[in-house]
Amino acid sequence: MREVAVVGVGMTRFARLPFSNVEMFSLAGREALEDASLSPGDIQALVCGNVFAVFEEGQSNLAPFVASDLGLDPVPATRVEGACASASLAIRQALLGVASGAYDLVMAGGTEKVLAMETPLATRTFAMGCDSRYEAATGITFPGVFGMVAHQYAHKYKLPLSSLKERMAAVAVQNHAHALNNPKAQFHKAITAEEVLTSPMIADPLQLYDCCPFTDGAAVVILASMDRARDLVKKPIRISGFGQGSAGPLYTQGDLTRVQAREHSARMAYKQAGRTPQDIDVCELHDCFTIAQIVATEGLGFFPYGQGSQAVLEGKTGMRGEVTVNPSGGLKAKGHPIGATGAAQVYEIVKQLRGEAGPRQVEGARVGITDTLGGDLMTCSNIILEA
Amino acid sequence: MKPILSYQDFVAGLKQNKLLGLRCRACGQVTAPPRATCPECRSFDLEILELSGRGRIETFTVIRVPPEPITEERTICLVKLEEGGQLMGSLLGVAPDEATMDLIAKPVRAGYRIDPQDILSGGERVGITFELV
Repeated sequence: MREVAVVGVGMTRFARLPFSNVEMFSLAGREALEDASLSPGDIQALVCGNVFAVFEEGQSNLAPFVASDLGLDPVPATRVEGACASASLAIRQALLGVASGAYDLVMAGGTEKVLAMETPLATRTFAMGCDSRYEAATGITFPGVFGMVAHQYAHKYKLPLSSLKERMAAVAVQNHAHALNNPKAQFHKAITAEEVLTSPMIADPLQLYDCCPFTDGAAVVILASMDRARDLVKKPIRISGFGQGSAGPLYTQGDLTRVQAREHSARMAYKQAGRTPQDIDVCELHDCFTIAQIVATEGLGFFPYGQGSQAVLEGKTGMRGEVTVNPSGGLKAKGHPIGATGAAQVYEIVKQLRGEAGPRQVEGARVGITDTLGGDLMTCSNIILEA
Repeated sequence: MKPILSYQDFVAGLKQNKLLGLRCRACGQVTAPPRATCPECRSFDLEILELSGRGRIETFTVIRVPPEPITEERTICLVKLEEGGQLMGSLLGVAPDEATMDLIAKPVRAGYRIDPQDILSGGERVGITFELV
């Protein structure tokens, strides 16, 4: 397979936005095209991640609508859905298209308008990430999935639940602190552990501030063959590994603290890149809930299983940590438009590796990884990028 | 062609107070709920088995923001069945505020309930329930 690089990135602010899914993708797509000094006519294919446009605005088959709006038609335009991992899967499909030699220039990313749904409908639709017959039918909601993960984590590692909750709160505090330096983030508000621990309970033991918000937004990347990339931009960011994994519903997984889809995906990405977890300087991972960040840092190999929760307290994942996690603010503070998140993670890592992250720049960042999880721990995708 | 044990068969079994599962003829693994292949050895050679309904709680959560059209708080558990496999279900007989870490490893028995359906549920909503034994 050929080498592939990122030549352009763009994203809207993540917030409540008065724009349609197509409008948001076009805004982010235009920023990415300008970043790469390209025009719509240069793009040879579009892969667009989106989960719930059908419920948000009664729109299906989103990709050709985006292609037309952005002036990309009549090239191939495909929508990809993998719950919260949709944009990462879209990017991976685009990567395969360029690496295989089928295309030289592909636009990939995602868009989502979660806040078009009121909380009851959003709660109902997000539960569709669970098995509709054998899980959602019991009354589980998506935060409940991670509530189960948290209880199992505390039980397995014999950690008092109150200690685990303090460590989870520290994750939320850290991600909010990071987002203060991210103009694209939904929240620019520092929070305290006390605020987390006194917020309303959503799904025991997860409280409101353990949960990422509902958000609108879009993010887009432009991928090129490395040869083409070198002609186009001064700092092409090479993608050295891209993995993906799958798993069955929660009731098939056994130990929820070890996310099998991630283990498969991360192993694939590290192997392709010829890298180990210790090589990673900066990481954008899937903190849909605070416990999810703790579990992800272990699954990505940054800390031994069972030790991820104390690593936060020890500053190991902060701006000066061994591996800086979620300098963008993560899903928690940057926001989580579910179809777009994977592309926003790549956006951030690209900015970091180019040295363009300004006040949230991780010093000396040369190798980064993104981590996106979809649904009931069922889909995971990891992308390794290098300066 | 039809699944060896379909969702419809599974629900019909519940309504006769039977918890149906599958046993793999290749490796002996027992699993529920229904699926096409053995989760252990991936064989298609499965046969229907009636399960005891007994198991132990692996983990749980309490849903404080219920999904429409459910309106009450529920404790949802993942239960490891004694013959094999895991099932998700709502816990009856324990008030949500009494659901603590002590629930983990407690023995339970399965039943079922029918919740109101909506246009998104694809028909009747049948959910497994558990009671402490």
